[in-house]
Amino acid sequence: MAVSKFLAKRKPGRFKQRKHVKGVGGAAPSRGVIALFLLPAFLLYTIFMIWPLVQSFYFSFFEFKGLARGDFVGLQNFRELFTRYPLNEQLPRAFLHNVYFFVGTMLIQNTLGLLLAKLLYAPRWGKRFFQTVYTMPYLISALVVGYLWSLMLNPLFGPINRTLKTIGLSAWARPWLGDPATALTAIILVNAWQWVGFPMLLFSAGLANIGEDLREAARIDGATSWKLFWYIELPLLLPVIGIVTVLTFIGNFNVFGIVWAMGGVNGEPGGSTDVLGLVFYRTAFRGGVDAFGLASALAVLMFIFIFGVSMFMVGRFRRWEESLQ
Amino acid sequence: MSAPRTSQAYRDKLANIGIAVLLWGYAAIVLGPLLLVVSNALRPTREIFKNPLGLPTSPSFESFVKAWEKANFHVYFLNSLIITVASVLLATAVSALAGYMLGRYKFKGSVFLSAYFLAGLMLPFRLAIVPLFLLLNDLGLIDNRLGLILVYAATGIPFSIFILSSFFRQLPQELSEAARIDGANEMVIFGRIMLPLVRPALATVVVFQFVPLWNDFFFPLVLLRSTDKWTLPVGMTRFFGEFQTDWSTLFAGIIITTLPLIIIFLLATKQIIAGLTAGIGK
Repeated sequence: MAVSKFLAKRKPGRFKQRKHVKGVGGAAPSRGVIALFLLPAFLLYTIFMIWPLVQSFYFSFFEFKGLARGDFVGLQNFRELFTRYPLNEQLPRAFLHNVYFFVGTMLIQNTLGLLLAKLLYAPRWGKRFFQTVYTMPYLISALVVGYLWSLMLNPLFGPINRTLKTIGLSAWARPWLGDPATALTAIILVNAWQWVGFPMLLFSAGLANIGEDLREAARIDGATSWKLFWYIELPLLLPVIGIVTVLTFIGNFNVFGIVWAMGGVNGEPGGSTDVLGLVFYRTAFRGGVDAFGLASALAVLMFIFIFGVSMFMVGRFRRWEESLQ
Repeated sequence: MSAPRTSQAYRDKLANIGIAVLLWGYAAIVLGPLLLVVSNALRPTREIFKNPLGLPTSPSFESFVKAWEKANFHVYFLNSLIITVASVLLATAVSALAGYMLGRYKFKGSVFLSAYFLAGLMLPFRLAIVPLFLLLNDLGLIDNRLGLILVYAATGIPFSIFILSSFFRQLPQELSEAARIDGANEMVIFGRIMLPLVRPALATVVVFQFVPLWNDFFFPLVLLRSTDKWTLPVGMTRFFGEFQTDWSTLFAGIIITTLPLIIIFLLATKQIIAGLTAGIGK
C-alpha cells in the first residue's frame, strides 16, 4: 500500500501516456449518474478520513474536559506539550529515538535491500525463491513480529542467546531488550528483518528499468562491475532511492506496534525505546482530563513535521536528479 | 593468452559462490525464526526451555487447541475475519464505482476529485484519532465492529481508486460504445462489461487491503473495548501477558494469527509484489 503513495506523484509521464489510450474521452454521463458512482466513496472517505484530519487542527486550539470540547485556548495546548512534566522530557527523547530509528533503518535495512536487489539482478537459480522468502516477514503483523522476536531474544530461554553460548560466544549473550544500551538498536534490526523485502523489490524494479544497452556500453568501455554499479546504476536509481527514503521516513516516524510489543506502552526499559507513536497514544488515551486537547496539538505538530520533511525530501531528490541529468 | 582467461573464470566462480553464501545466509536468517515458531508450537513448553532449537520428538497440536479455546483465539479470529472481509468488500465496491467514473470520463471537477482521493495515500491518518474517536462516539459506534469497518473502508479507498481508475482507463472505448448502442445503461456497462475486465486489478486491491487491515493494531486498540469484539492483534497483547510462561501456546497463537496471510501470500504472490511496486517498472 505504501509505495504507490509517492509514485503517483512522481511519475507524471505514465499518466500522460494513458491520456492517449483509446478508452477515455467518451461523452460524460448525466450529473445524476456521475453522483451515483462517486458519492459512496466520496462520503465514506470524507466523513471518516478527511474530516477528522481537518478537525485535528481545529481541536488543537481548544481545551477538552474528557470528551467535551470547552473553551478556545489559543496555543495553550502546544505550550503544555513542552512545559508539563513528564511530557516535556518524554517528547524530545522520543523524537530523538525516531531520528535514530530512521538513520539506523536507512543504513541497515535499505542498504541491505539494495545489496540483495543487486545480487538478485543477474539471472540466477532460485531468484524468485529468494525474493519470496525475503518479502515474507512483511506479511506478519508488526506487533506479532515484535512479540516473536522478544521470545527469540529472551535472556533465559531465547534461542539467540542459547545459540551464542553453544558456539562459544557466551560473552555476546546479553539481555538485548532489557538493556537500555541495546534495546532500541535491537528493535531497529527486528524492524529491518520484517521490512527489508520492500526496498529490495523497489530496487529490483529500478534496476530492471535501466536499459541493458547502457550496461553493455559501459562494459565495452572497460568498466568493472563495481564501477558500473557506482557510476551508472546508482545514479540512475536515484528516483527509487528517493522514494525509499521518503517512505522509510514516514514509516519510521509512525512506528508503533513493534515497539509496543518489544518495549511496552512506556518504551521500556526506562523509556529507552519510547517513540513518538507511543507518546501520542499515551497522551491521548492514558492522559488526564484535558488529554484530547494536548493529543490534538501533538498530532498537529507531528503532522506538520512528517508532511513537511517528506515534501522537502521529495523536492530535494528531484533537484538532485535534475542536476545529474 | 589462456592464463588471464582462466583466472577470470576462476574469479567469477569464486564471486558466484560468495553471492550464493550471502543469499542463503540471509534466507536462513529470515526462515530460521519462522521455522522455529512452527517447530516449537508442536513441542511442550518444558522441552522448549530445555532446548529452544530442538525438533519436536512427538509432535502435538495441544497448544493450538489451547490457544484457540482457552486463550480466546476463536473469538479474536472470527472478529478479525468479519471486520477485515467486510471492510475490504465495502472499500472495493465503492472504489470500483468511483474508479470507473474517474478513469473513464472527464467532467467538471474530475481532475480535482482524483487528486482529492489520491491525497489520502500520503496522510498519516492515525494522527486523526481524537476527532475520529469523538465522531464515532457521537454515532454510538465506539466498541462496535461497524465503526471499525467504516474507518478501515475509508482508509482503503485512496489506494483502491488509484489502482482501479488506471485500469479502467486502459479499456478500449469500443466495448462500451457497442453496449450503449444496444441500449445498455451506465450501470449495466459497468457491471457486466467493464468490471469483469479489471479482475486482475480487483485482486491486487483486495489482497493489498487485506494484509494491513488484518494486521492493524492501533485502531482496534483504541476503538474496541470489550474482549468479545477484539481482533487478533489486540487479543495478542492480553494473550502474551496471560500465557507469558507457556511458550508452546504463544507460538501456536502466532501461527493462528499469521496463517491466513501466509495462505493469501502463496495464492497471490504476484498481486502482492505488483501492489508493493505499483508505479515503478514496466
